[in-house]
Amino acid sequence: MGPQLSWYLALSAILFTIGVVGVIIRRNVIAMFMCIELMLNAVNLTFVAFSSFFQDVTGQLFVFIVMTVAAAEAAVGLGIIIAIFRNRESLDVDEASVMKL
Amino acid sequence: MRQHLLTVLILLPLLGVLVSVGYSFAPSRQDFHYKWIALAVTTFTFALSLLLVGGVGAAEFRFEENVNWIGAIGARYHLGVDGISLWLVVLTTLLMPIAILSSWTSIAKRQLSYYVFLLLLESAMIGVFVSLDLLLFYLFFEASLVPMFFLIGIWGGERRIYAAIKFFIYTAVGSLLMLVGIIALYFIYGTFDYAAILAAMSAQTTLLSPNAEFWLFLAFAFAFCIKVPLFPLHTWLPDAHTEAPTAGSVILAGVLLKMGTYGLLRFNLGLFPSMSRQFAWIMITLAVIGIIYGALLAMVQPDVKRLVAYSSVSHMGFVVLGLFSFTEFGMQGALYQMLNHGVSTGALFLFVGFIYERRHTRLITDFGGLATPMPWFSTLFVFASLSSIGLPFLNGFVGEFLIMLGAWTSNAIQHPWIVTMLAATGVIWAAVYMLWMLQRVVFGKTNPTNATLPDLNAREIGLLLPLLILMLVMGVFPRPFLDRSKASVEAVRARVAAPPTGGSFAGNSSRVLRVAP
Amino acid sequence: MENNLLSFIIFAPLAGAVINWFVGRRLRNEKIIGFIACASVGISTIIAFYLALKSNGALRSTESIFDHLWTWIQVGRFRADFALAMDRLSGTYALFVTFVGFMIHLFAVGYMHGDRGFYRFFAFLNLFMFAMLTLILADNFLLMFVGWEGVGLCSYLLIGYYTDRKEAGNAAKKAFITNRVGDWGFVLGLMLVFYLTGSISFFEKPEHGVISALQAFAGMGVDPFTWKSLFAGGATSVAVLLFIGAVGKSAQIPLYVWLPDAMAGPTPVSALIHAATMVTAGVYMIVRCSAIYTHAPTAMFIVAVIGAATAIFAATIGLAQNDIKKVLAYSTVSQLGYMFLACGVGAFAAAIFHVITHAFFKALLFLGSGSVIHGMHHEQDMRRMGGLRKYMPITFATMLTGWLAISGIPIFAGFFSKDEILWKTWSAGEFSLPSPLWSKALWFVGAITALLTAVYMTRMMIMTFWGSERFREQDVDHQLEGDAAPAPHSVHEPHESPWVMTVPLIALAVLSTVGGFIGVPYALGSLFSDHPVSYIDQVLEPVLSHVPAGVPHSERAHAVDEMQWLSPKPQQLDGAPAVHALEGPAASAERAHSPEEIRQERFLAMVSVLIAALGIGVGWLIFQKRPLLQMPRILENKYYVDEIYDATIIKPIEVVSREGLWKLFDVGVIDGFLHSLGDAVTEGGRMVRHLQGGFVRSYAAIILIGALALIGLFAYFGAHTLGLAR
Repeated sequence: MGPQLSWYLALSAILFTIGVVGVIIRRNVIAMFMCIELMLNAVNLTFVAFSSFFQDVTGQLFVFIVMTVAAAEAAVGLGIIIAIFRNRESLDVDEASVMKL
Repeated sequence: MRQHLLTVLILLPLLGVLVSVGYSFAPSRQDFHYKWIALAVTTFTFALSLLLVGGVGAAEFRFEENVNWIGAIGARYHLGVDGISLWLVVLTTLLMPIAILSSWTSIAKRQLSYYVFLLLLESAMIGVFVSLDLLLFYLFFEASLVPMFFLIGIWGGERRIYAAIKFFIYTAVGSLLMLVGIIALYFIYGTFDYAAILAAMSAQTTLLSPNAEFWLFLAFAFAFCIKVPLFPLHTWLPDAHTEAPTAGSVILAGVLLKMGTYGLLRFNLGLFPSMSRQFAWIMITLAVIGIIYGALLAMVQPDVKRLVAYSSVSHMGFVVLGLFSFTEFGMQGALYQMLNHGVSTGALFLFVGFIYERRHTRLITDFGGLATPMPWFSTLFVFASLSSIGLPFLNGFVGEFLIMLGAWTSNAIQHPWIVTMLAATGVIWAAVYMLWMLQRVVFGKTNPTNATLPDLNAREIGLLLPLLILMLVMGVFPRPFLDRSKASVEAVRARVAAPPTGGSFAGNSSRVLRVAP
Repeated sequence: MENNLLSFIIFAPLAGAVINWFVGRRLRNEKIIGFIACASVGISTIIAFYLALKSNGALRSTESIFDHLWTWIQVGRFRADFALAMDRLSGTYALFVTFVGFMIHLFAVGYMHGDRGFYRFFAFLNLFMFAMLTLILADNFLLMFVGWEGVGLCSYLLIGYYTDRKEAGNAAKKAFITNRVGDWGFVLGLMLVFYLTGSISFFEKPEHGVISALQAFAGMGVDPFTWKSLFAGGATSVAVLLFIGAVGKSAQIPLYVWLPDAMAGPTPVSALIHAATMVTAGVYMIVRCSAIYTHAPTAMFIVAVIGAATAIFAATIGLAQNDIKKVLAYSTVSQLGYMFLACGVGAFAAAIFHVITHAFFKALLFLGSGSVIHGMHHEQDMRRMGGLRKYMPITFATMLTGWLAISGIPIFAGFFSKDEILWKTWSAGEFSLPSPLWSKALWFVGAITALLTAVYMTRMMIMTFWGSERFREQDVDHQLEGDAAPAPHSVHEPHESPWVMTVPLIALAVLSTVGGFIGVPYALGSLFSDHPVSYIDQVLEPVLSHVPAGVPHSERAHAVDEMQWLSPKPQQLDGAPAVHALEGPAASAERAHSPEEIRQERFLAMVSVLIAALGIGVGWLIFQKRPLLQMPRILENKYYVDEIYDATIIKPIEVVSREGLWKLFDVGVIDGFLHSLGDAVTEGGRMVRHLQGGFVRSYAAIILIGALALIGLFAYFGAHTLGLAR
């Protein structure tokens, strides 16, 4: 008896929750960013698990889309983070509460 | 080429936009080249639009294009022109080069974006008049809003931001209601296609319930009445007209207002004839109030441009009056008056623009005695004013006369002669405010600061000439214009003036209107 | 081909105007400009005379001359042609308009000499001739309206000719707007004509499928003589609406106020437009529509009363004016009142007769005054004139004939026409008057007016040509009251005018003297001849409608008792007798020549002569000694009518528009409502904006809570729908 579908789902849920909690409690913008990635990958895991369970490749296709989005987001997000860091010399999101300097 | 003429007309200005933007990357670009590009494109568009004239005469749509656009929801790219839209398209393409020429020296900042917005505007305006798909129509209707918003907001006068936002919000509120109406029609008829909906209505295969028609009529009418603008929804107009740059005012008065009356004629009267009959007295009452109210307010304006703007309220009231008289005279006259107003008021805004450019003021009291330093300006200004007053053998008279004749012979309301008598006072008021303004601006003692103003130059006279000639031609030989639109207008009229059962719902429309579900 | 000549009558002046406007402005050569202007009107004159008087011309046959140029507007059943027609009425009119017009053009060449806008003046004057002739020769109401507005426009342009003078601009605007009030009535009347008859044409034109609106009216029943019929939408309503137009154009009460002010224009303009031609357009229109008026007794009554009232009202004001042109202006208003009085009692031919003679003598008087003003170096105040007959003998002599003509001295033109009107008023039947007493009362008013006319004209002549040479007295300025800042003017020697100005004066003087013989009434003509011919009657009677004779009131009033509110009466288009066929020339000539009437008419003519003589005598006695006699202030100030209009109509409208409609309603109410709507939205936003603190982690928390809530909701309802929950 190999790994069941529910194991994957449980793992995914744990990862997702870690991500959510991380986004909320961390102040460091890099850490928040990584937590978001973690949430995305938790979802990816769900997709793959279901895909394999239903013998349907659609789920895997979505994973690719999500990965693309995640990559784009990382690029843009890091760009913004660098810009913020340049301006404020800090990675604390709470200090960047207004758009204007 | 001919069968894609309408698409070409819409795309040509867009091509101009691409060329302009592309040129802006050229290393040796010169700012004054943009206006040449725009002028060339719009002139060519005008020339092409003249090809339409020969092909239109009967009631059917010509130069039709009907291809799938958004298949999933059945939206189609359906274009066509008939007698109603033909002259409006030509008016649009004619006013465009004139508007560009009028900005020749007055626009100095951000020339690229200015001309790009003008070209975008032209595309959208042509699109509005030739779309036969409701969604497409809506798209163009809204698209015309954006460039105008920026034209007013960036190149306008002192209160430009206020005016631009007021204009945008006013019009957007109306058109969103129309969007709701369009979607509702889609759910009832399963299509956005105007012709298809009309056919279904005429064949009585799908009838609207009176309740549905009531709300649909209101949704459309609201959008168009704001655009017209009909009293009391007119207060965006004086601000927008006054603050807009000259070209913006010309286009606004010449074309954008016509979208409202065009929409009323095409959609409200065309799609909801029964409800139009029931609303006729309201619309006519508002129109007559608008005629007198606009004129009275025009009379007391201290600002020339505002005066012309309020006179638009009065003139457009005539158009609505004519449309809702449901007579051939009135509706033909209304259509004609749309063109007249575009030509005359467009010209008046140009004149105001000319003196604004020279004096940087629009206050009537700052002028006076311009006849001596500026004889050409004065002569032509008086001529255009007379056309606006409605002097016979100039264009305004034919339209106003037919409208009043239509109102008098109308069956849409009781005691139409009272309405006509009131509306006819608008002609007196027009003389009052125009002549009073002329007397204070053109005649009298020359104010020393104005004594050295240069007269109109060749460019300015040249861009006025087409309009002035048109005023005379349209006044003396109106038949070529009227004959082309006759069949199409008659088709709408026949539907809207038909007995109650022939309309879009089978209910007894003589019954008192009930809105309760 | 011959018919095309007709269009030359109107297009020749138009061509002159266009040439002068575009070419003349560059030439700046008065000779060429003047020649073009005069020649173009001269061509019109020649063609008009040719077409009217040749064998089978318009005045000599019953056939009209038509010229269909193009169909101007055609929408549905409505059709308006650009088509000209010359029948006996328009032919008669065209003759004197072109002739007098030509004379005045000639005069103006001299008068306007040296003016900066010479070309502009003649371009406008030619344009006026175009519009006036279009008005006359139009074959339908709408084209007539084109001319009607066209003359109004030219009047506007020419009154305001001196663009840098404020009062000229005001007068021009006033003239145009007052005329517009009248035009309001004209347009509505025109529409009602179309509504009732389905046509706006004066003539039957079978080859174009056009029926005649006037014949349609001729075929209708006569409206009852009640006030109710005014609003019934029948012939009476049409007639009254059209009369409003005439009131505006022909300066009758209550719209006469523009004409005296219009004297701010150059004097030839006053002569041509505001005396001889344009202001009589209202009379022309009513006579043209005689078929309508003879079916609308109420309207005719109104016309007669307003005409008589205007005649005496304006005459009293004329007594007290000091500006030579103002005197003539009020005199014109008064004489126009006579013409309307004639129309009102059904004497259409007499009205036209008076129009013609009036055109002669009033054009003469105006040109004479122009000559005086020219000779006095643009001085118009009679108090600064006097004794001019030595300096300007030709002007004096010609104006003398004009004076005698307007006063009504026999053999001069004015006598016959005025006497004809007074006689017709006296003998008017009961058709358009509530009781026989009215005809006598109206006659009395007319007679008093004649007396006043003689008095004020005598005053004018004395102040101008007799007495001391007041222009030499420097201190005269200080005696004059009301002159706030008397301009220190140097004494110019008055001089006689050049030949271009005196020749028209002489020609018009001759016509003012003998012009009346075209319409000598039977009663007077038969004194001298066995077969007296009144040419004017002979020419015009066939195209005029007549009031039905001998129907007592009491019967007619009840004949058509039930009037539907604005519903057209059944139209009897077929079988309706043609207007022309109503009565032939022979029948009308023989009509009403009973010995009793002839005696009466001769007696009344005697009375008229006595009145005229009395007026001149009284005037002479009073003003010969004291030419500067202070007249009653209320007359000098024109009964304060302008002030009353200003206070009761103009100011209230302006104030209500500005303060009430604009500032209060438009800006306050409508925009105020919208702004408060906007403010409400802004306030709402201000309240909820605290949710958006800018803290990313609080956003994340909100998202989380939202997501959990949604999940909870789905779980709850999902469980319910699946039946999992107990």
